[in-house]
This record gives sequence, structure tokens and C-alpha cells, in this order.
Amino acid sequence: MDRRDFLKTVGVASTTLLTKNTPLQAKESKKDPKEFMGILVDTTRCIGCQTCEEVCAEVNGLPEPDFERDIFKDHIWTSEKQFTVVNGFETEKGDITVKRQCMHCNQPACVSACPTNAMEKTPEGPVIWHEDRCMGCRACMVSCPFGIPQFEDNKANPNIMKCFMCWDRLQEGEQPACVENCPAEALTYGKRRDLLEIARQRIYENPDDYYHHIYGEHEVGGTGYLYLSAVPFEEIGFRTDLGNEALPKKTTGFLYSVPFVLTMWPALLLGISKATEGNEETTKSEE
Amino acid sequence: MERTATAPDVRGEFKRFIRFLLSEMKPKGKLITPFNVFAAITLVTAAVILTIRFWKGLGAVTNFSPDYPWGIWVAFNVITGVAFAGGAYVLTFMVYILHLRKYKPIVRVTVLNGFLAYVFYAGALVLDLGKPWHIINPIIGHAFGLSSVLFLVAWHFLLYMAAEFIEFSPAVAEWLGWKRVHKVLESMTLAAVIFGITLSTLHQSGLGALFLMAKPKIHPLWYSEFIPILFLVSSIFAGLSMIILERTISNRVFRKRTSAEIFLTNDAIHFGLAKICAVTMFVYLFMKVIVLVHGQHLSLLTTSWGIWYLVEVVGFVLIPGLLFTQSVRTQNINLVRIGAMMTIIGIILNRLNTSLIAFNWNSTHRYFPSWMELEVAIAILVVQVLVFRWIVNRMPILSEPPRWAQEPEEAIDNRPIKIEEEQEKWKVSIM
Repeated sequence: MDRRDFLKTVGVASTTLLTKNTPLQAKESKKDPKEFMGILVDTTRCIGCQTCEEVCAEVNGLPEPDFERDIFKDHIWTSEKQFTVVNGFETEKGDITVKRQCMHCNQPACVSACPTNAMEKTPEGPVIWHEDRCMGCRACMVSCPFGIPQFEDNKANPNIMKCFMCWDRLQEGEQPACVENCPAEALTYGKRRDLLEIARQRIYENPDDYYHHIYGEHEVGGTGYLYLSAVPFEEIGFRTDLGNEALPKKTTGFLYSVPFVLTMWPALLLGISKATEGNEETTKSEE
Repeated sequence: MERTATAPDVRGEFKRFIRFLLSEMKPKGKLITPFNVFAAITLVTAAVILTIRFWKGLGAVTNFSPDYPWGIWVAFNVITGVAFAGGAYVLTFMVYILHLRKYKPIVRVTVLNGFLAYVFYAGALVLDLGKPWHIINPIIGHAFGLSSVLFLVAWHFLLYMAAEFIEFSPAVAEWLGWKRVHKVLESMTLAAVIFGITLSTLHQSGLGALFLMAKPKIHPLWYSEFIPILFLVSSIFAGLSMIILERTISNRVFRKRTSAEIFLTNDAIHFGLAKICAVTMFVYLFMKVIVLVHGQHLSLLTTSWGIWYLVEVVGFVLIPGLLFTQSVRTQNINLVRIGAMMTIIGIILNRLNTSLIAFNWNSTHRYFPSWMELEVAIAILVVQVLVFRWIVNRMPILSEPPRWAQEPEEAIDNRPIKIEEEQEKWKVSIM
């Protein structure tokens, strides 16, 4: 037994040493094979039929969207009653319709801002929300660069509402409802890495049909939703001034300073207090 | 034998204590005064509004919108109010760390003010929460948002309230005549002060850090990565200006309860605070200029937002700063008060600009608080003033502490407290 145990230990030790020395093996032995999933929206294919709006409302138990709306004139934004919206834009390359919803950022500001971990970036990609943790502070709404999380302010027990990329359906191995039902195949669900390849391939194969940029590849540190367009993105309602830095990085400097202040301040203050202890009498007599 | 001898005594003591508490609960002074009538109406209205708010949801009484998820309760009561409560940490720093004896007479009233401010502003936060019953989650729950600035601020609020209560607690012990407890509490003051200053440094700046991720939303003139530092530095002169205002009002309203020492040191304290305000304001202005130039936003000053920015920075920081300087030079105490008032307006402008006015500045839906939001915001201040008055009228905050508490070396006096005698000493003031 002793010998076997010894050999086992040696074996384990040597394999760890080996894998450590060979980068290839180390890569393979990486524990979590999960990659962020995402959705590619090709706006050149979108026909503006609002089917995604319809099935989204159906799946999430939301009121039926307004199909009478002229999507080119009445631009709307997501609300607590509608997780995804389709807006239309008239451009020099013709009419373009765009589906908008939560971008499912790689490093979401809403998750970083949440004091209770109610917002969660799942390892699979979707950004979801836990009702039992949320205290309704709305820090997520303040922080989201896209203005996505919505608050049910007409309810005594309000929830934060937004697209969860059909998290429940994904758990059962299904695709998000909007992707599955899109009649124009404008939406593609898959690993974010693969989606980027597909997007690039489409741009390379039809360089004249596309504006050469994938919105969401780098924006705010990368997003789960990726967009292709025929025209520059600011023309179809996207903010292009958000920068490529993930927003949570803006608070890391502050948060890193917290332990330093917490440990150094008391020592310093106590030192000053002791150093000036005798001063009380002198300052008193001066007056 | 011993037990039976002491037991009735303890019971008698306890009865006397309860009777004392009950007698203290009664209002002192006239009940029907203009302020009391105003307070009663405000509070009843607020109670009705809050009933609707918890019954029908926040939207029923507020003008919150997706672009303005935080309204005036957070922007004014919490974010602005906490800046004004900063006086407590600055003053305890000067008195207990730097041992500046001069400011000692007003340290208790300032700490009380700070403590009440935190209690009621944290209260405002509860009204604002969508699910206030989950408020314990970040404290004890399974949900620690360690990367969240708000998580840090929430914890610091809680801990700082405890620290301030310890700083203030000797006054409670003196009120109740608990001599042994008093001794223990007094010995904890320095630790509480050090802890309190540390926490204040972090959460005053933390309130600014709440907006760091909102870069795409805040007008560039008000956004910089230095918001936390600017918030911290401005909380120094905000807090001190609030002390000046509080002193001016309290000296009038609580004249009869104010000790001779406070009146004697009044002017010296005012000029001392004015000097500190002036210096920190110029440091703040210097930082503002650097941020402006470094951010390459000088060209924005000619826009209408730029003019609004200049109103805040020149009109309500530079000018009161100069007024403070001038007041110290000419020993003009009224100038100190004017400077303090202007500084307070400047801080309100700065905090509201950051959190509401220049927040989502290019949004088509502008936010303006509903009358119900304003009413509740005022009611929160009224409650604070009422509690402040109740405590000042009963505990030795402005008045001299009882003789036994003045010399801690003195042997502990074991005589039972004579309630009537004590009450005689703490005279009533009218408001």
C-alpha cells in the first residue's frame, strides 16, 4: 500500500510537472470548457417583421407588442413590458431594421454595480437576474451604458426586467426564442468566438455589402450580441462613443484603494493622535 | 441575606429609571408653534404619500424614469446629505487626532448631527428601494456584491453609524446617569473616531465612485475619473459650512441650553472653520481646473452647459472661497455665514448636477421631481430636525455635561440620581 501510494504521488507529481512545462497540454487540461454564447444579428438580412418582438413577449409572458407602430417613425426602446424592440432607419443603402435588446456584455457594468449579486454573468454568457437577491436599488440602471435594465415602478413588488437570452430555454438545450423563430435567418446563436468568425467571413465574402466593423466585438470590452450592418453604426441608432474599455474597469482603481485606506489610515491616525497628544495644553494657553 | 437586602433597591432604581424615561418622552416647551404645525402637516402628508408608494409602487408618487432611475431622494437626501454630514469626521479629526482644543465644545453637537443625518439618509435609501425587505441581503445574505461600489457604501454607512453612535454615546450615558457605562463608552471614543474617519474617507469618495461607470451618461464637464477624490475634498468644506449654518441656527434656537463655553468660543470657531473651508476650497478649485484642462474640455465652457458649470464652480465655490478669506481677514462673522450659505448651495448644485441634471443630459425625457417626492424629501429633513431638537433639549449636547462626567478621575458617585434636580438643571428651550 505504501509503495503504491508513493508511486501514485510520484506519478501525479510528474504529470503535473510535465503539463506545466508543455503549454499545449496545459491548455487541454483547462477545467472549464465553457465559452460565452452569443447572438449575431445581421441587420442586412433583417426584414423588420417584428416576429422576434412577438415570440419574446410570448415566451416571457409579456403583453403583446404594438404591431401597428410604424417602426421607421416611432422609435421605441426596451421597457419593463418589452425586452426586445425593432426600429427602422432610412439610410443611403436603403431601409435598415435593427433588433435591439440587452447586449449581454462580457464584463457587464450592471453586474459590477449590483451590491447583492442579483445580476449575474453566467459562465454560459447570458446576463441573468435573481429576484430573491435584488433589493431594487437600480444601480444596474444607472450603470448600464445601453440603458437596458428596466424597473417595474408601478408594482409594490417590482422586478428588474430585461432580456435574459431565454436562459430557461438554454438550460433545456433549446435556442433563444427570437433566434429560433426569425424567418429571415438574421439571427445566429452560437459560441461568441464562432460568431465572430462567421461575421468576418460574411464581410470578407461580400465586402461591398457590409460596413467593415462588428459592433460588439470590442465595444465596452466586448458584448454577447454582435451586430453586422451595411452602414456606419451611428446611422442605425448605435452609440459609437462608448469606448472599448470594459466599464467595470473604471471602478477597480477605487476598489483597490479600499484595503489600503482601511489598513493604513487607522495606523496613521493613531500615530498622529499620539504625536499631538501634549499639544492640547499648549494650544489652550495660546488662546 | 445580601441579596434580599439589595433586591428592592434595584427594583426601586429600575422603577425610577422608567419613570424618568417616561417623563422625558413628554414634549418640552409649547406644543403649538409655527414650526410644530408645519412639521405635523409635512409628516402626515408624507405618511399618506409613503402609504401609496408602498401600496402602488414607486411610480405612483415619483417621476422616476428609465433615464433617471435615481430621483431626488437619492440625489438630494442621500448623496448631497452625506456630503453635509462630513462635518463630523472632519471635526473629530481636528479634536481627537490633532488635539485642537478650540473645537472641542462643538464636537458633540456635530457628531449628533452627523449621526442623525446618516440614520435618516439611510432611511431615505430604504424608501427608494424597490424591494426594501431585501435590504439585509448585502449585509448578511448569500449575496455579497464584492465588486460593487454601492455594496461598499452600504457597509460603510452601517459601520459609520455605529462608530458615530459610540462617539456620541457618552452624552446618552450622562443623560441617563449611567456612570460606569459612561466611563467605558468614553474610553472607546478614540477608536471609534479613527474607525469613523477611515470609513468616511472611503464612503464620501465612494458616493462619487457610484457614478464612475456612468461615463457615457454624465456630461463630460462633470465626469472625470477623479470624481471620488473631488467628492471627498468637497465633503470637507461642505461639512464645515453645514456646521457654521447649524451653529448660527442653534445659537438662536437653543440659546438657553447652550453653555457659556460655546458662546465664548463661537467667533474663534467660526473664523477657524472659515479658514479651513477657504483653503480646502482653493485646493478643490485647483483640482477642478486640472481635471478640466487634462480632460481637454475647455472648449465646452462656451456652451450652455459650460455656463451652468461656471455658475457652480465660480459662483458657488470660488466666490464663497474668497468670502471666507475676506471674512477671516476682516474678522467679519456675517461674511462667514454668507460664505457658508453659498458653499452649501454650491454643494447641492454639484451633487445634483452629477447625479441628476448633467446625468443623461442628452436624454429627451428630462426629470423633474414630483411634488410628492419633494414633500417626502422635506419630511425627511423635518424628522431629523425634530429628533435633533428632542435630543438637544434633554441630553448635554450643547449644555455642560453633569459635573460627575467632567472629571473622569473623580471617584464614582454612587448616590441615586435625583431626577427632579437633574431636570431642573437641563432647562427647556423653546423652538
